[in-house]
Amino acid sequence: MQFLARQDFPKLLESLIIAGYQCIAPQIREGAIVYDKLQSVTQLPQGYRDNQRPAHYQLEKNEDVLYFGWAVGVQALKPLTFAPRESLWTAKRDANGKLTFIETHPEIPPTAVIGVRACDLAALHLQDQHFAYNSYSDTYYNARRRQLFLISVDCAFPASTCFCASTGDGPSAQTGFDIALTEFPEGFLVRSKSSRAEAILATLPLTEVSETQQQAALAQNQQAIEKQTRQLPSRNLKAAFFANLEHERWQDIATRCLACGNCTSVCPTCFCHSESAEPTLDGSSNTQYRQWDSCFTLGHSYMHSFVLRDNILLRYRQWLTHKLGSWHDQYGRSGCVGCGRCLTWCPVGIDITVEAQAICGESL
Amino acid sequence: MTQMTVASARARHNAYLPVEAEIVEFVQESQTIFTLGLRLTDPALHAAYHYAPGQFNMLYLHGVGEVAISIVSDPEHEDLLTHTINRVGRVTRGFAQLQVGQRIGVRGPFGRGWPLREAEGQDVIILSGGLGCAPVISVINYIMRRRERFGHLTIVQKVKHVDEFIWPERYEKFKQVPDTTVLVASTEGSVNWRWDVSPRIKILEEVQVRSERTVAMMCGPEGMMQSATQYLTSLGMQESSVYLSLERNMQCAVGHCGHCQFGGQFICKDGPVFAYSEIKHLLGTRGI
Repeated sequence: MQFLARQDFPKLLESLIIAGYQCIAPQIREGAIVYDKLQSVTQLPQGYRDNQRPAHYQLEKNEDVLYFGWAVGVQALKPLTFAPRESLWTAKRDANGKLTFIETHPEIPPTAVIGVRACDLAALHLQDQHFAYNSYSDTYYNARRRQLFLISVDCAFPASTCFCASTGDGPSAQTGFDIALTEFPEGFLVRSKSSRAEAILATLPLTEVSETQQQAALAQNQQAIEKQTRQLPSRNLKAAFFANLEHERWQDIATRCLACGNCTSVCPTCFCHSESAEPTLDGSSNTQYRQWDSCFTLGHSYMHSFVLRDNILLRYRQWLTHKLGSWHDQYGRSGCVGCGRCLTWCPVGIDITVEAQAICGESL
Repeated sequence: MTQMTVASARARHNAYLPVEAEIVEFVQESQTIFTLGLRLTDPALHAAYHYAPGQFNMLYLHGVGEVAISIVSDPEHEDLLTHTINRVGRVTRGFAQLQVGQRIGVRGPFGRGWPLREAEGQDVIILSGGLGCAPVISVINYIMRRRERFGHLTIVQKVKHVDEFIWPERYEKFKQVPDTTVLVASTEGSVNWRWDVSPRIKILEEVQVRSERTVAMMCGPEGMMQSATQYLTSLGMQESSVYLSLERNMQCAVGHCGHCQFGGQFICKDGPVFAYSEIKHLLGTRGI
């Protein structure tokens, strides 16, 4: 572990750019923190806190020097690896009716992402399990994923919606990063996990870390855990959910849920997508696209002549029982990393931790 | 090519990308049901294309889209890849209008097929409802070609309307095969209907389980398969010896797109054929 003084932080950005990375980092757009291309550290959201609660998100200016003094932005890493919309291939038909299929592959430059949260690294690992480490490895996902260089920053100011401590995914990054930072007003504690990270760090004026600084990092992590007031039961909820498919709470949720799909759009682990054919007007060429889909849409469960989940109760139940239940069968753990985005961005403020407790509580 | 190299070749290959196939045969089976006989236009790909009964392909109609269709041909005895399709949706309506010589896209095969190895040496009950007979006809043909490897064969086909019963001449032939029972029934009869007329799946009551060593394979509406399984297990069959082919919305066919999830199972990749014991906890639950 080493120390990078605050005034030297821009050198990290310079080193990454010199090494050939495009840099993506948190910035403020339309009143919210989003990841976007970064040219200068002045674009970082310095001195901001995010006030989040169910159905509420507001940035508040705080006069401190911290770049990463907020919890989580609107999106995690998901759009960088699993594109919201992308073409898969193009089919061309010649005058004789012969079809030729041409793969369309994303051309992504090496990309360094600065300011990744522990919960988002955990979510990335779940998406890796789904798309990459599977019997069919997704070449589109892999083309984006392998270009990422990840620089995490431990979360010191969880929002009221955060519950990563209860899912075991935060607030400090333990794995999945190239470089991990812990931010203090005077600078950053720096840890690294990869040889390419070492090459970047070798260019920086790093100094030894004092015992006091190490203690401060531990204390900051402990405080971030204690600030979290929400939690999910840490055990496997699969049996409890599937024993309660007829619980009356589902109907109660269905009267509130708008089936808008905001939760699935901001969820860093939701992987559903649909394919569509988009032919040119003369029919000679067609491009096959995939784009994010949501289990809250009617089309998601459409089968030739009927819709399987034709009401909101069944669609919400599908989402929650998959996320917290059957995900265990698929990938050995829950599909929730405790980022809290589905609470914040739900227009009616449905709280996954409250609903899980209401449905499973008596079965635990 | 061995299984291993096929698997590793597929791991490198982009499973989303179709290859071109030519329609070599087009058979109109009924007013709405038709069969496409396909040959991959790249001879090397056609020769290397291996599949098992019960697996499916994603068929692409140019400019319209893809649809999951089970393969009904015999992998060892037929050169063409055949798919029997009911004209029910946007893509299948388009396929219904194609002609011999036209080109489509194919990617596959996908999924886990029927347990034919396990069934060798055992009695076999094959049960289907409606166009469920398309996926199981591959098994029936497979067993008929290798009849000596299997015990008593019972074929049950239930349709609502006589129009849904395709291949009557094949079922007449199956009836003539020794050690084979064929039971066909329609909910509604008609003038020339030579088989049973019975409601629901009453015809099941004629099925006999003759041995503990019996495997059942079925395809059709889930309610029908569930009742049939309960009946067969009441006759002494093991739940783990009853296999069902399930169906859901499928788009990617490789377990990525999420549409076909059945609890924790991806039907496209973990199925479409499941042992009853693998899915019974959720089968018949609304919205699963």
